[in-house]
Amino acid sequence: MATADVTALPARSPREIVARAHAASRARPRRVCLVLAAATFAVFCVSVSVGDYPIALTDVIPAMLGFGDQATVIVAQDLRLPRAVNGLLVGAVLGISGAIFQAVARNPLASPDILGVLYGSAVVAILVITTIGTSFALLYGGALAGALAMGVLVYVLAYRSGVSPYRFVLVGMSLGLMASSATFVLITRADIYSAAQATVWLTGSLNSAGWETVLPTGALALVLVPATLVLSGRLRTLQLGDDLGRGLGVEVERSRLALLMAAMGLAGAGTAAAGPVAFVAFMAAPIARRLTRAPLTLVPSALTGALLVLAADLLGRRLFAPAEIPVGVITGIAGAPYLLWLLARTNRVGRGG
Amino acid sequence: MSDRLTLRAEHLRLAYERLEVVADLSVTIPPARITAIVGANACGKSTLLRGLARLLKPVAGTVQLDGRSIHELPTKELAARLGILPQTPIAPEGITVADLVGRGRYPHQTWIRQWSAADEQAVADALESTDTLALAERPVDELSGGQRQRVWIAMALAQGTEIMLLDEPTTFLDLTHQVEVLDLLVDLNRRDRRTIVLVLHDLNHACRYAHHLIAMRGGAIVAEGRPAEIVTRELVQQVFQLRCQIAPDPVSGTPMVIPIGRHNGVFADEPDAVGLHAARSHTPTAGGSP
Repeated sequence: MATADVTALPARSPREIVARAHAASRARPRRVCLVLAAATFAVFCVSVSVGDYPIALTDVIPAMLGFGDQATVIVAQDLRLPRAVNGLLVGAVLGISGAIFQAVARNPLASPDILGVLYGSAVVAILVITTIGTSFALLYGGALAGALAMGVLVYVLAYRSGVSPYRFVLVGMSLGLMASSATFVLITRADIYSAAQATVWLTGSLNSAGWETVLPTGALALVLVPATLVLSGRLRTLQLGDDLGRGLGVEVERSRLALLMAAMGLAGAGTAAAGPVAFVAFMAAPIARRLTRAPLTLVPSALTGALLVLAADLLGRRLFAPAEIPVGVITGIAGAPYLLWLLARTNRVGRGG
Repeated sequence: MSDRLTLRAEHLRLAYERLEVVADLSVTIPPARITAIVGANACGKSTLLRGLARLLKPVAGTVQLDGRSIHELPTKELAARLGILPQTPIAPEGITVADLVGRGRYPHQTWIRQWSAADEQAVADALESTDTLALAERPVDELSGGQRQRVWIAMALAQGTEIMLLDEPTTFLDLTHQVEVLDLLVDLNRRDRRTIVLVLHDLNHACRYAHHLIAMRGGAIVAEGRPAEIVTRELVQQVFQLRCQIAPDPVSGTPMVIPIGRHNGVFADEPDAVGLHAARSHTPTAGGSP
């Protein structure tokens, strides 16, 4: 052991050293958040600006607020803005949801898209599309309920005098595969029109996103995000393991259930708004952790998720314009190599990342 | 010692699923003393420690802190008085030493008051006592095994509990670091009169560093008391199924266990190992009287 050599440091009291270390561990995440927020805002503005009817970047903010010529204001407010706000919300809720899942399970593979939660949404959503048709309320409510039901099912099946994170991941993955198969069974039995519609929904897309989608997603985020921030102290302690968490006075099972329910609600809200956009929940938190070098990143993950979705949507819209590639295809292309890299690294290091 | 909290188990039964590991065990942990729990693998020593720390809910019986059942106390309130360092705590990826040690302050924090001057002072004291102050801003991933164990002990210290339970705090450490950690625990006990309970594998370390020894076998206590009073050849035979000699430790005077084994070393039968043979002739062979 290299014995700590206190004399080598400039003369500072132990309290000053701790205060500095404490401030340092908070300074970087704060800076990263500022940069991410600025980048997200920039991509947001570009996203409102570009399209078949271009709006000059300098006119974007006035147009969003209702100033400028009528055509510009209509395009900005009615067409581009709801899509961008949806992208922002979907990315943020998926990002924070993934961060919670990964921290609770202490495993970078545990995110609502790798576990079955998003496919729980998908089964119900596809069922709605192929049987009832396109009722927005039913589709949104069904997808949300599907995510929650899937989450509860995973929790209950993984429960054996407490839920071990490892069992939670395994049960989640297998149920996810079953649910994903079920969606394809539903699609093959449906008529060609609703099958096509279902396939689009399954890819994850912001094409049809309007203000009516912003409302429920925004409301859910407004309730659940503060709830997770209140629970973040417990999550931080749970990260040290179940035994130590309990020893430090956390009600382990109850806190874990509350955190997972909140995370499932957030994942469900994101999926209900845009379909199961691949890999955003999975990638956002690891990227945020690398940027901030902090062990738990809720707000940075939300910002990273928002930036990912907005950028991917912008790319999908402009790459082969006027043809649009759904946002889920772009995030899928970006996320797959990361999954492979993570699996390869896990095998090499012998632990979950 | 009446000003110190007393931890006591009464008719405690502990089980994993349906497998009963500890059956009807009663014990009182002497306050302001170092107690070591020893025994062979799977004798229930870690299980007992987990039971004492309310990590395991008893099937029957109670664990009491000053006469109140620890399962009835609010868990956060208990965490301010009784701390446990499990065998394999998890350091989240990228966490710094100061952050990790700061998490030991959780029982003293509320959602409104997250980080106070008292927390800062407690973390500073904990880092100072474990000689890890210079590591404060380093990521835990980058530390050596010995440093890491000190940091975990610092975290348990920052929790500021009067009673500290430690599950095999010296495993995975080389001999030098084992001794360092044990010396540190003695410092803490002497300086703050903390009650320390630790599970130890090494019987000689236990004899040397504990005021009070609890020897377990098959989920029950075989003997307890001062090491010098209870550690005998018969006890070691009974607890570890190991034939041995007991000699006074040349440094501390506490009992030292010298295992006999089937071979008395690889040199024992070589004709030219004269010195070794001579040394061996002083040692009575198996079953002989000392």
